[in-house]
Amino acid sequence: MKSKFSLGQFNTRTTVAIGIGTAIFIVLFWFIKIPTPIPGVTFQAASALCAIFACLFGPVAGFLIGFIGHVLTDALSWGGVWWSWALANGLAGFIFGFTYKKTRVEEGIFKGKDILIFNVVQVIANILAWALIAPAGDVVIFKEVASVVFLQGISSAINNCISTGIFGTLLLVAYAATKTKKGSLSRKNG
Amino acid sequence: MKTKLFSYSVGNTVIHKMSGGTKFLCFVMTSLAAMLTYDIRVLLFIAVFSYSLLPVAKITWKQIRGLMYYFFAFLWLNVVLTYLFSPEAGVEMFGTRTLLLTITSRYTITAEQLLYQFAKAMKYIAVIPMGMIFIFTTESSEFAASLSTAGISYKISYAVSLTLRYFPDVQRDYQTISFAQQARGLEMSKKAKLIDRFKYAAQIIFPLIISSLTMIEKITNAMDLRGFGKKKKRTWYSRRPMNAADYGAIAVTGTIAAVTILMMIFAPYGRFWNPMI
Repeated sequence: MKSKFSLGQFNTRTTVAIGIGTAIFIVLFWFIKIPTPIPGVTFQAASALCAIFACLFGPVAGFLIGFIGHVLTDALSWGGVWWSWALANGLAGFIFGFTYKKTRVEEGIFKGKDILIFNVVQVIANILAWALIAPAGDVVIFKEVASVVFLQGISSAINNCISTGIFGTLLLVAYAATKTKKGSLSRKNG
Repeated sequence: MKTKLFSYSVGNTVIHKMSGGTKFLCFVMTSLAAMLTYDIRVLLFIAVFSYSLLPVAKITWKQIRGLMYYFFAFLWLNVVLTYLFSPEAGVEMFGTRTLLLTITSRYTITAEQLLYQFAKAMKYIAVIPMGMIFIFTTESSEFAASLSTAGISYKISYAVSLTLRYFPDVQRDYQTISFAQQARGLEMSKKAKLIDRFKYAAQIIFPLIISSLTMIEKITNAMDLRGFGKKKKRTWYSRRPMNAADYGAIAVTGTIAAVTILMMIFAPYGRFWNPMI
């Protein structure tokens, strides 16, 4: 809780977390699509997964899961990569990582203040990445028409804020419940 | 349902024999060139070059059509949206206006707009074969080795290798959990209320993540016990040595990228070559 912002170590556990995290990212990206009343708009859980792993393993893991996950899903679904959006996804993952060691999830507590921290960070990350960096990259690199890409960017920012908020919070609360709480054991007769 | 990420097809062509690192570099360099330029001559050249490589790698239409359909569905939306929002974007970028047809006062068709939208589509169409060649002719185990060859930290390369190795496992777990939950009466389709759909999806994702976190601990221990990450470098079992064909391919695509960038910097028209002038 009190520790400063840290990038986290890049150890074996981080390597494995990135590898497995990216695999789950791709599975969720392809298979979990929650339809909404608006045609063509679906909610995805991939961004929430990225936020959860960033919260548990740090910003570097978040960046790489978002970036590699996006590059692989793009390349394997149509043979090319939309680089500006892939980078934005990585950046969102990195910012999600600001919650690393800032919440009490590893101590088995995830409520009130922790939920607030997680959601403030995820909203900032999603808005910065999707409503700003991704469309700006499109305009600068690809000379796309600004109004089109900003419309797409803003709608996916809102979409991701909602799905990361709902899935991320639900899953971290559930995850915290599986952790043994500090001081959960007490000695009888002191 | 897909069980492997890379749809590797066995073959014995020149391209199959190249190292994965070479193919990755070639893909990145041609993407870079196509991404930066709006010069239709360069884009058409890259397109001809990369499509002529498909038969060399013995890749058939049947193998790639799924990807192609997906791409065109995606491209179509972008083309229509761009025109609806900004029917004169091309005029702005190329600096001239050649009116061909007036539909309404806002929606006109100009040669510049056609060129702009065509070039924008070509940016993707031109490099798709390079991506497909990479996907279809590279073994997934070699892919990680090739990333490391291309200069990426071996820990990151290893993470990618783990992704490819564990994707089928994660996917199988996902399916098992999903079927089990559906057997218990979980309704994921439009029949359920929106908030319920989130709750049910979470009921599938949660066991998946928890079982994966356990898996992460196990794999980490196994790798630590074998001394992973102790040294600055590592060797790869499935790495292919570079041969003459590799250097040739890198030289060709490198030249394409270099010429494209030099043209952008030194040509008087910059990124936008205008045939209307």
